Amino acid sequence: MKTFTVTLRDTLAAEMRRDPAVFLMGEDIGAYGGAFGVTKGLLATFGPDRVRDTPISEQALVGTAIGAAAAGLRPVIEIMFMDFITLAVDQLANLAAKLHYIYQIPCPLVVRAPTGGGRGYGATHSQTLERLFTGIPGIRIAAPSDAADASGLLQTAIRGSNPVLMLEHKLLYPLRWPIGETLPPPTPFGKARITHSGDRVTLIAWSYMAHLCLAAARQLAADGITAEVVDLRTLAPLDTETIIAAARKTGRVLIVEEGPVTGGFGAEVATRIFEAAYDSLDAPIRRLAGPDCPIPASKVLEAACIPDVAAIVAAARELAG
Amino acid sequence: MDVWACYERMVVIRCFEEAVERLFSEGRIMGTAHVCIGQEAVAVGIASALQPGDALTSTHRGHGHFLAVGADPGRMMAEMFGKATGYSRGRGGSQMMIDTTLGFYGANGITAGSMAFACGLALEAQQRRTGRVVVCIIGDGAANEGLFHEALNLAALWRLPLVVVCENNRYAMSTPVAAGLANTRVADRGAAYGIPGYAVDGNTVADVRLAVETALSRARAGSGPSLVECETYRLSGHSKGDPREYRTQTEEADAWRREPISRLETLLQNAHGPAPARIAACRARAEQTIADAIRFAETSPDPDPATVADGVFAPD
Repeated sequence: MKTFTVTLRDTLAAEMRRDPAVFLMGEDIGAYGGAFGVTKGLLATFGPDRVRDTPISEQALVGTAIGAAAAGLRPVIEIMFMDFITLAVDQLANLAAKLHYIYQIPCPLVVRAPTGGGRGYGATHSQTLERLFTGIPGIRIAAPSDAADASGLLQTAIRGSNPVLMLEHKLLYPLRWPIGETLPPPTPFGKARITHSGDRVTLIAWSYMAHLCLAAARQLAADGITAEVVDLRTLAPLDTETIIAAARKTGRVLIVEEGPVTGGFGAEVATRIFEAAYDSLDAPIRRLAGPDCPIPASKVLEAACIPDVAAIVAAARELAG
Repeated sequence: MDVWACYERMVVIRCFEEAVERLFSEGRIMGTAHVCIGQEAVAVGIASALQPGDALTSTHRGHGHFLAVGADPGRMMAEMFGKATGYSRGRGGSQMMIDTTLGFYGANGITAGSMAFACGLALEAQQRRTGRVVVCIIGDGAANEGLFHEALNLAALWRLPLVVVCENNRYAMSTPVAAGLANTRVADRGAAYGIPGYAVDGNTVADVRLAVETALSRARAGSGPSLVECETYRLSGHSKGDPREYRTQTEEADAWRREPISRLETLLQNAHGPAPARIAACRARAEQTIADAIRFAETSPDPDPATVADGVFAPD
């Protein structure tokens, strides 16, 4: 058994051994081992040229990585909390995302970002901001919900030729899965996964919410309500085919996401289902997400912002009718 | 590049930019362009200092920089005309041209937007020991972007083989330097990061070249980056359609008297004797080159609209 954290670390190490062009940059990733411990020990193994601590300069960190990628290296950088990515949006949106389309230069950049709430870190350390990037063509977005996909998606990201934003949910880091000495194979982008089979209701989610949906599905199954659970794995590219098939299968769709309901990626998923499978729907598509407010630090307030298993079960039950 | 070659290239830049202004006023090209009339000595001074293999990043006002390193005016015009034969296949336009075979890693439409990108190119050069130095051209306006400070600090910290050339043309769009920079001497900002800051006359090609050569040598020796401020003047408006109401005609007339091409003509003739025929021939060749470039652009095919969404991603 390995934690999500250790699986990521082992994957980074394996990729760095496999390809000398792969190197890491980030704040406190060296001796400190990263704010969430993902890069612990890698400095000792690979040295300071390949595991580089940077000053607190997110724009320069991302921009330098883009330049290094354009010159043929393969940077994997860490943004300590996804909330801080706002400091580097120009470099991602106006440079990385356009590098190939306009300049015809591949940009093999991986940006890893711890995301999400649930630890009481407050409004600027708890967000999951994929919504800032889901509408920007040129950036791929990966969101593993377990260790196998964490490794598989990271491998695909590193070996690819395009900018990838890799969402690592903080609450997944300490959880364990059966990962052996041999790492799982690369996970293809654009292929969602059915993690639980069912025919009464379809649950669609990504990242930590996909993990919770699986737990919710098991509870629902015990009550005779079987849920088809779709773990998107990547938001860009998006596996619309699997989403539509899963929607058609049950006719009742619940999209579960972390973050304020308005403008979240769930709206995109819902619209695609509506456009392609309207005739198969037996009920309006439901979204279970957070209220439209920043995430407060107080435990009870924070809990009111983020769906939990009980909320997913209740919403699914109601939808199933 | 010898001095006459520098002169010739500056004239080509001037003719190109005059043609661009004309084409816009005639409605023959769309979009916008930021021409560098008056700033030709900076572009050519930098280009004449570069070694083969060095890289250059540029700004929204990048036609001169690109021409200076040998870009084909025809493909540049084609890009401005939005044609498939342009340097960015019509997708980039005036502000986003590129040709890495010339070491030109892109004009960039975001002020200071390429500064960390240049650091990344320099990092690769350092890691792989290629001997390349990266020259990052910015303007006075960019010196106030946060990225300017982040990039200089990082480059200095890591001793990256980088030269930042600040083309101080005294205006960030309509804002004169005195109204935009608390300290109008951009070269001073080098000291904040422990790197040399040189301020030179950006209208004298030899001065620009010497300063950039000095900075390149320092970088190539592994001693890290430098900041070279080239003091010049933007004789044109910020972009097409800028009526330039924020400055006086007296100021402009004074700047025209100090413009770099006639200055170099004077220097050349002082050194080699009067050469009106040679100068006129230069100008005629440049005009012909630009006329050919426009014809190439106008007769080039448009890109196919069906391909608009192609190439967002590189093949994996």
